[in-house]
Amino acid sequence: MTSLNTDINELVDPAPAGGLTAKDVSCWFGERKVLERVSLEMRPRTVTALIGPSGCGKSTFLRTLNRMHELIPGAQLGGQVLLDGEDIYNPEVRATETRRRIGMVFQKPNPFPAMSIRENVLSGLKLSGLKADDPDSIVEKALTRAGLWKEVSDRLDSAGGALSGGQQQRLCIARSLAVEPEVLLMDEPCSALDPTSTLRIEDTIAEISDRVTVVIVTHNMQQAQRVSQQCAFFLAAENKPGHIVEAGPTSTIFTRPSDPRTEDYVNGRFG
Amino acid sequence: MTSFTSETNVSYDNDRPRALRSWKVEDLTLLLGTAFSALALNWIFYTALTTATGATGFVVTWTLLFYTFYYLANRIELGPQAASDRLWTAFTWSAALLLLAPLITILLYVIVKGLPGLTKDFFTQDLSATGTLDTGGGASAAIVGTLEQVAIAVFISVPLGVLTAVYLNEVRGKFRRPVRMFVDAMSGIPSIVAGLFIYAVWIVAFGHGFSGFAASLSLSILMLPTICRTSEEVLRLVPGGLREGSLALGATRWKTVRQVVLPTAASGLVTAVVLGVARAVGETAPLIMTAFGSTALNRNPFSGAQDSLPLFVYRLITNPFPAQQQRAWTGALVLVIVVLILFTAARWLGARASGQKR
Ligand SMILES: Nc1ncnc2c1ncn2[C@@H]1O[C@H](COP(=O)(O)OP(=O)(O)O)[C@@H](O)[C@H]1O
Ligand SMILES: [Mg+2]
Repeated sequence: MTSLNTDINELVDPAPAGGLTAKDVSCWFGERKVLERVSLEMRPRTVTALIGPSGCGKSTFLRTLNRMHELIPGAQLGGQVLLDGEDIYNPEVRATETRRRIGMVFQKPNPFPAMSIRENVLSGLKLSGLKADDPDSIVEKALTRAGLWKEVSDRLDSAGGALSGGQQQRLCIARSLAVEPEVLLMDEPCSALDPTSTLRIEDTIAEISDRVTVVIVTHNMQQAQRVSQQCAFFLAAENKPGHIVEAGPTSTIFTRPSDPRTEDYVNGRFG
Repeated sequence: MTSFTSETNVSYDNDRPRALRSWKVEDLTLLLGTAFSALALNWIFYTALTTATGATGFVVTWTLLFYTFYYLANRIELGPQAASDRLWTAFTWSAALLLLAPLITILLYVIVKGLPGLTKDFFTQDLSATGTLDTGGGASAAIVGTLEQVAIAVFISVPLGVLTAVYLNEVRGKFRRPVRMFVDAMSGIPSIVAGLFIYAVWIVAFGHGFSGFAASLSLSILMLPTICRTSEEVLRLVPGGLREGSLALGATRWKTVRQVVLPTAASGLVTAVVLGVARAVGETAPLIMTAFGSTALNRNPFSGAQDSLPLFVYRLITNPFPAQQQRAWTGALVLVIVVLILFTAARWLGARASGQKR
């Protein structure tokens, strides 16, 4: 039913850049299956939140969306992930190009310690072999969108590692934004941060979501409600692979969920 | 309550760091006093009471007496807890001094013996025109030889060693286990065997003749395992999150290694190179049959026998004439200075490589 809706949407708006669709994605670590037939529509320029208890495969799913999953030895996957209708696992598509188009921010801030703030922001360009015509304006733009420009504009040449945790995370967001990705995946980007920094990051997400599609994993129900328009609830039964119980508009998931397990989870009764 | 507040005001109204572990005059007096009384008692022991002689025994008994006195004195002053704490502090200090003693003695000895021969000529002249009884001449042939041989060895073994470490820790290829086993086995090769190997293959079988380059090859064999294993340990310390962050930006594995992993590990890699050089710079055995040694300056490391500082020292110290022995000691002093300069430079480079962005 949702798929019909989006088909119509796509007809109306012919090239919505950054739409991501997972179709029947299953994942294995060695013999162990941890995700079963997950299908999810992540609309362009929308924030989609993935919620669910620990160990139900949210991170694993997120990592299949930009081909980070396959970097783990023994990891396998089935199904399709479509970026604007093209399968990113098509053998003709280079994984590095896919990862440039679909950026990722990790749970633990990981600025490159051997680089300055400025170099960190430009690192994506250098690493993916892109040429920067006007590096200064790229640095300013990326840092401004990540909400960090005012704080660091006078010390761009100092170490990225000397910033506070929240600033480091925003630096990592700026670093991802500098290569102009169509999608930004965020795996619990605030779980290592204090409440003030968390709010700053949420502002940043709201700020960037008019240009990029955001998929965010969070354990914080209030955060999911504050930042996302769409929401998917993951669950894994004991020793069973994880799957999506329910997905839809965030307001529906939190106020009128159709599955009782969703209702229990969003109201904090388990997980 | 009020008295507490007023007291606080009196004692802490100065806004400056407080001394938390201060040495009082009494502590120093106690230390020196017990050391002196131990010395005095020991002296009486050695001169009046027994017929014992010998410096080593004197120092040992003095130290033991000092520990006893120091412990007892502290126990009376401060109680058993503090006394045993002080005693252990004394033990650790002694251990550190004991470790430093040989190093300092060697350094002082080499300096005292070598310094008289350390003239400008020593660096600018060779021994080609100097007879065994003559004074004058110098070690320029040996100094140039050592610098060139070690430089070429670094040039060969650093890229090889670091690339192998990258293979072991970053590429994680199929042949990891056998490669690591070979590297480990290599580190056990006696240096003379490394020299013999190059002699048999490069010099005899390939017919290249003695040269500084042959010496560099044998030194590379010795440096390679050290550089490789140390680099591997250093690369292992680079957090996996940095690699993921780089790959997630669209970098290839090779770019990740070159632009993120290696720069992050830079200071550690410098240490790896230093350890490798330390292994090679003082080697004598493998040079005997590769560089061979020469009294004349040979600037070209690729052809003809070349001298080196360890060979120079070895050749001249076994010579009975005082002038030659003096040169050997001065050569040893120069070798020590070269090592010190290399180490200081490497430390400085390493600190700069990592300290700059941290
Ligand atoms: N590298 C890995 N190797 C093997 N199993 C893994 C690995 N990473 C995650 N798993 C397993 O996959 C399941 C899903 O993990 P994850 O996606 O991290 O869950 P979540 O992010 O929802 O907490 C867990 O049972 C976990 O034990
Ligand atoms: Mg997770």
